[in-house]
Amino acid sequence: MTRHLPALAKYAALTVAAVLTLGPVWWTFTTSLRPAAESFSLPPSFFPTSPDFSNYVAVFEQIKVPLLVLNSALVTGIIAVGQMVTAAMAGYVFARMSFRGKDALFAIVLSTMMVPVQVTIVPVFMIIRGIGLSDTLLALIVPAIPTAFGTFLMRQYFLGLPLELGEAAAIDGASPWRTFFSIYAPLALPGMAIVGVLAFNYHWNEFFRPLIFMISEQNYTLPLGLVTLQGNLGTGSISIVLAGVILSMIPAVVVFLFGQRYLREGLTAGTSK
Amino acid sequence: MTSDRRSVTLRWLFLAPTMLGVGIFVLLPIIGSLVLAFFRWDIITAPQFVGLANFTDIATDPRVGVSFLNTAVFVIFAVTAQLIIAMLLAVLVHGRMPSWLRIFFRSTFFFPLVLSAASVSILMRYLFNESYGVINWALSLVGIPAVPWLTSPQWAMVVVIAVYVWQNFGFSFLLFIGGLGAIPTEIYEAGAIDGATGWKKFQRLTLPLVSPTVLVASVMGIITALQIFDQPYVLTRGGPGDATRTVVMVIYESAFRQLEFGRASAIGLILMILIMLVTALQFRLSRRFVFYQ
Repeated sequence: MTRHLPALAKYAALTVAAVLTLGPVWWTFTTSLRPAAESFSLPPSFFPTSPDFSNYVAVFEQIKVPLLVLNSALVTGIIAVGQMVTAAMAGYVFARMSFRGKDALFAIVLSTMMVPVQVTIVPVFMIIRGIGLSDTLLALIVPAIPTAFGTFLMRQYFLGLPLELGEAAAIDGASPWRTFFSIYAPLALPGMAIVGVLAFNYHWNEFFRPLIFMISEQNYTLPLGLVTLQGNLGTGSISIVLAGVILSMIPAVVVFLFGQRYLREGLTAGTSK
Repeated sequence: MTSDRRSVTLRWLFLAPTMLGVGIFVLLPIIGSLVLAFFRWDIITAPQFVGLANFTDIATDPRVGVSFLNTAVFVIFAVTAQLIIAMLLAVLVHGRMPSWLRIFFRSTFFFPLVLSAASVSILMRYLFNESYGVINWALSLVGIPAVPWLTSPQWAMVVVIAVYVWQNFGFSFLLFIGGLGAIPTEIYEAGAIDGATGWKKFQRLTLPLVSPTVLVASVMGIITALQIFDQPYVLTRGGPGDATRTVVMVIYESAFRQLEFGRASAIGLILMILIMLVTALQFRLSRRFVFYQ
């Protein structure tokens, strides 16, 4: 009996931690199904007794959900694909080609990983204005495509692929282009998936840059729209706001389910040693 | 011959998007910030050279001082809590356990990371509401009177820290799971022969062996935490008073509310130097505590 006590304590601690982690999201979900008039009633709703989806309808009436989702999807999708392609290209050069100045260039790219977005936000804002992109979705997209972290990840990935494949192709007369596109690029797809999923997670949830760059409501992304929804409603009905929160989480959860492995690998890449 | 020329073309074409992007949107802006910090500029009228005035302004503005202090308090408590919770849970999940349960717990603790800080802060605002929030309701069940979570200066910072830790401990947790997985089991077997169990085993074996991971987790944790913005912006708007106003909130307000772009750049530069100093310091200190196999 006493031998099982530590195991019992362990599972008890883990269960408490799991409930605290998932609890707020579960509460958000069940409360979003409550009639708006009962949003504030206590005890809180832990189980949906008579699910009421009218709050979800109300979200669509209060904010332009399809437009926000479209904006977020466009911004996030283009950034993700753009990062996958440009990071794979630059990572390949840094991993596989040798030329004078390569190490210096790579060091420059790496060092920009440490610069927080807020430090450069004012000049970036000016550049965006200067090239006439202010208050357009491109203001969010263009600066976010070059990625130091993605380039670093892809370089590591290419370093892990066998050198012999490229050498064999070169002996068979394949051009450098062909070696990349028919041999290395297909092999690098899992690495590119890591870059894409990470970019999706970061930019789908991004709040700071949209808050600064987007002025017209028609250019708002989902996180910005949600905060507006909350502001518009004040303390009117939390059920409607929470329905909006749940809606915004759906794509993140889908990516979590399908991209979990890539997210995990990307977040921990090169950090455990 | 032609192959050589083609590989040179490929090299520069492949590097161009990343190098141009990094140059235009990171390096040039850093130089821009450096220059702008010595100017007063409201984006409408011409910039005016003011020397060190922005820096002396910052040094004497109590609001800026408070924001640095708030950020320091936030970083110290949030990162410490994040690391301790993550380490504790990682050690527990790493122990003997059916693999489906391990996957369940691992996914659960990782889950908040995929949500947006804005959504999380919105829902937490309701959970922490003084009169109808679930947290005060739960406390009332055990006889604790309602706590003014978001309207009292001390508690507001506690809430910002708690919400941030809730969302981010999973990151350190993942790093620790990776670090623990890399420890060879023979070391524990040898330790067991020498009679190392429980706390002693953790203190003498586990902790030194994962110390490189602890360093990485704390460096990344501090760099991320120094940039805190979304949570206090949505939860408290920096209030009550200035109780939860952080450095990045002041950068945002200086630039995009008060149109003092030079001042905002100067604060940004100080933040960047601070991040670099803290990181360098950590690597220096780590020489004494980090144990490499």
